[in-house]
Amino acid sequence: MALLEVEGLKVYFHTRNGVVKAVDDVSFSVDCGETLAIVGESGSGKSVTCYSLLDLLPKPPARIEGGTALFDGEDLLTCDSTRMRHFRGNDIAVIFQDPMTSLNPFISIGEQLIEPLIYHPDPARKQSRETARKRAIELLDEVGIIDPKSRVDCYPHEFSGGMRQRVMIAMALINEPRLLICDEPTTALDVTIQAQILTLIKKLQETRDVAVIFISHDLGVVAGIADKVLVMCEGTIREAGDTDTIFYHSQNDYTQKLLAAIPEGAKQLPNRAQPDNVLVEVTNLKTHFTDYNKPSNQDNVIRAVDGVSLSIQRGEISGLVGESGSGKSTLGRSILQLAPTTAGQVTFDGTSLTGLNAKQLVPWRRKMQMIFQDPYASLNPRMTVYQTLAEPLLYHGLANRKTIDQQVRQLMDDVGLVHSQLRKYPHEFSGGQRQRIAIGRAIATKPELIIADEPVSALDVTIQAQVLDLILDLVERHNLTMLFISHDLSVVRYISDRVMVMNRGVIIEQGDTEALWADPQQAYTKQLLKAIPLADPRMERVRLADAQADV
Amino acid sequence: MTAIEEQGTSLWRDAWIKLCKNYLALLGLAIILLLCLVSLLTPWIAPYGYEEQNLLLGATPPSAAHWLGTDIFGRDMLTRIMYGGRVSLTVGFIATAVALVIGVLWGAIAGFVGGRVDAVMMRIVDIMYALPFMIFIVLLMVVFGRNILLLFLAIGAVEWLTMARIVRGQVMNLRKQEFVEAAYSLGLSQWTIIRRHIIPNTLGPVIVYTTLTIPSVMLLEAFLSFLGLGIQPPQSSWGLLINYGVETMEEYPWLLIFPGVTLSLTLFALNFLGDGLRDALDPRTSKDQ
Repeated sequence: MALLEVEGLKVYFHTRNGVVKAVDDVSFSVDCGETLAIVGESGSGKSVTCYSLLDLLPKPPARIEGGTALFDGEDLLTCDSTRMRHFRGNDIAVIFQDPMTSLNPFISIGEQLIEPLIYHPDPARKQSRETARKRAIELLDEVGIIDPKSRVDCYPHEFSGGMRQRVMIAMALINEPRLLICDEPTTALDVTIQAQILTLIKKLQETRDVAVIFISHDLGVVAGIADKVLVMCEGTIREAGDTDTIFYHSQNDYTQKLLAAIPEGAKQLPNRAQPDNVLVEVTNLKTHFTDYNKPSNQDNVIRAVDGVSLSIQRGEISGLVGESGSGKSTLGRSILQLAPTTAGQVTFDGTSLTGLNAKQLVPWRRKMQMIFQDPYASLNPRMTVYQTLAEPLLYHGLANRKTIDQQVRQLMDDVGLVHSQLRKYPHEFSGGQRQRIAIGRAIATKPELIIADEPVSALDVTIQAQVLDLILDLVERHNLTMLFISHDLSVVRYISDRVMVMNRGVIIEQGDTEALWADPQQAYTKQLLKAIPLADPRMERVRLADAQADV
Repeated sequence: MTAIEEQGTSLWRDAWIKLCKNYLALLGLAIILLLCLVSLLTPWIAPYGYEEQNLLLGATPPSAAHWLGTDIFGRDMLTRIMYGGRVSLTVGFIATAVALVIGVLWGAIAGFVGGRVDAVMMRIVDIMYALPFMIFIVLLMVVFGRNILLLFLAIGAVEWLTMARIVRGQVMNLRKQEFVEAAYSLGLSQWTIIRRHIIPNTLGPVIVYTTLTIPSVMLLEAFLSFLGLGIQPPQSSWGLLINYGVETMEEYPWLLIFPGVTLSLTLFALNFLGDGLRDALDPRTSKDQ
């Protein structure tokens, strides 16, 4: 008998608009030392499935309508709250998606780690502060925190995102759980950090013989670490099987759709760059900020962009890759004059932008637009789609009251939205649709340059593929020049003609996409390329093993 | 520009449609409109004159001739409450409107521009907070003489401070949102961004605070009048009537109860309307939830 056996699980949400079958008749099992991946798009019920096991769902509206979940022979769905606390504290641990919000900023890491030990209700497992602290230091060491003895007293804000996720993993392990539920643990992280966390989870699982449930929207991520894969869609299981079967011999349309959505390989469209026709020229650009957290007698300057020179040719799609904190977003904003530049020159179509004031910039703003990362934050929640799309047209005098309706409808067609949605507000749309609205707003003024700042990284893999194809299509049809900023190298390779690699405020390497992929010169670039997860279980296992050996 | 304005009404049009489905809010609106209408028509529909005394009658409980009784000078309470409503509602609405306009603009500009401008503007608010209210009013009275218009301004000039702080906090948060940056990158002017993207998103807390301000302004007026700085007897206001009612509460409870009930009714109506408006102006609270 397996450690966890879920049989016919049904979780329905009773809302005023009717019953939503979030999870409908789901069965699976996972044993010690085994990793089960649950894969599906947002809203497929993968997280609800796991949260219902630990009674973490808001009830109402959620209600468990049927099924059993036997953990070591005991049903998790019917046990009382005391027993559930026992399971949560001792046997089952969860790692959440966003390490930035799952730690309490006011309590030191060490204190948060030992909390479950020193307040343990079971006297046999309750530990003194000293032994618990020792244990915490050991665990921090195990999850790869350097110098755990001094780091244990630091506060969450002193750790980077990847380090926080390691702390979260240590916290999950502190009570020696037998089942670890990881809810998209790497989605919010950079590709190199993602690789490290995946290696870590794999290693811990092997050394500790725990069962792991790994939730993800991206089949590519789970290829190397999962033993079994469960593909979910709309609350039901579409396909289940061992990893190799799912990846190599899938019979199911939906699984194949997920597999096809993983961006792989080179750009298919021809390079449309017009040689010797430079649209944007950046020379020795610097954008520095003052760090007010540091005393002014120390070096308190943050050099987000520190001497960047580049040129973008008309019609070209340039990719800009780098990890978070590399300054790539600030560079994009500096080119558009949305961030105040410290030194250097930005020339757009032969005119220097750096000396212009806000008023003088207005006619240029029309010609360069931006697509933002988070489609939930980049649309005004109190403006309808119509208003959002009409605003730039009317403001720049590109439409009058007679033509505006027609032009807004044309934009809706361009980005693949139906006209009946014109009067709706942003919250009524899904993430992918919202990003389409944001793209529509960006192309409304018929710009020449578009800077896209991680436009697909907040989206599911399938939606990501659709939005990328939309972007490529629009670039083609509207003769756009694009700077595409992303931390996801596969996406950059799929979309761009030329790539620039940015690290610590400077561009360390650039070249044609395929040439750079084939023969990277810098160690940092090599490291980035090596960290990309492969959507092929056999190759990915080899890659992970290599990475583990490197550590 | 005009076309933007026309399309810009759609949030308000949608809000109105939603408000019409919220019966409690509509009831609140109806009560307030009724009170305003009665106050407006008082000189024609009031059963007695507001200073018509009948000392022989004295304080009598409610009767057929005097529905809400009479006060110790034999003046009809219903008439007094109706006339009092004229003063209270005017003070309440005008002073709150003054506070609303100054507070929202001040807070929005300080929060949006930030930096030194913000620091200077908020220090001014702090200084105003620190100024003793009474001294401020007395000074105004000394300089400009006693005048009901001045009363509105004085109260409004004090009440906007908290509003400015609330709005500033909201705006500082909104300013960092990507949709504001998107508006920048479209080349919109700062004023357009404040007006179209910032202020509409601060409406929720602003409306709630406004509905709380109106009754507190009415009571503040009573306090000032009680000290002889506001309106003068034989004129009356709800606040003043309540103050006198408290003095004689044991012998003649109706002198307290009826003005008190009227003020409470206004307060309830305003709160229902305020909650309804807040929900209606937030597109995220959908029509069928």
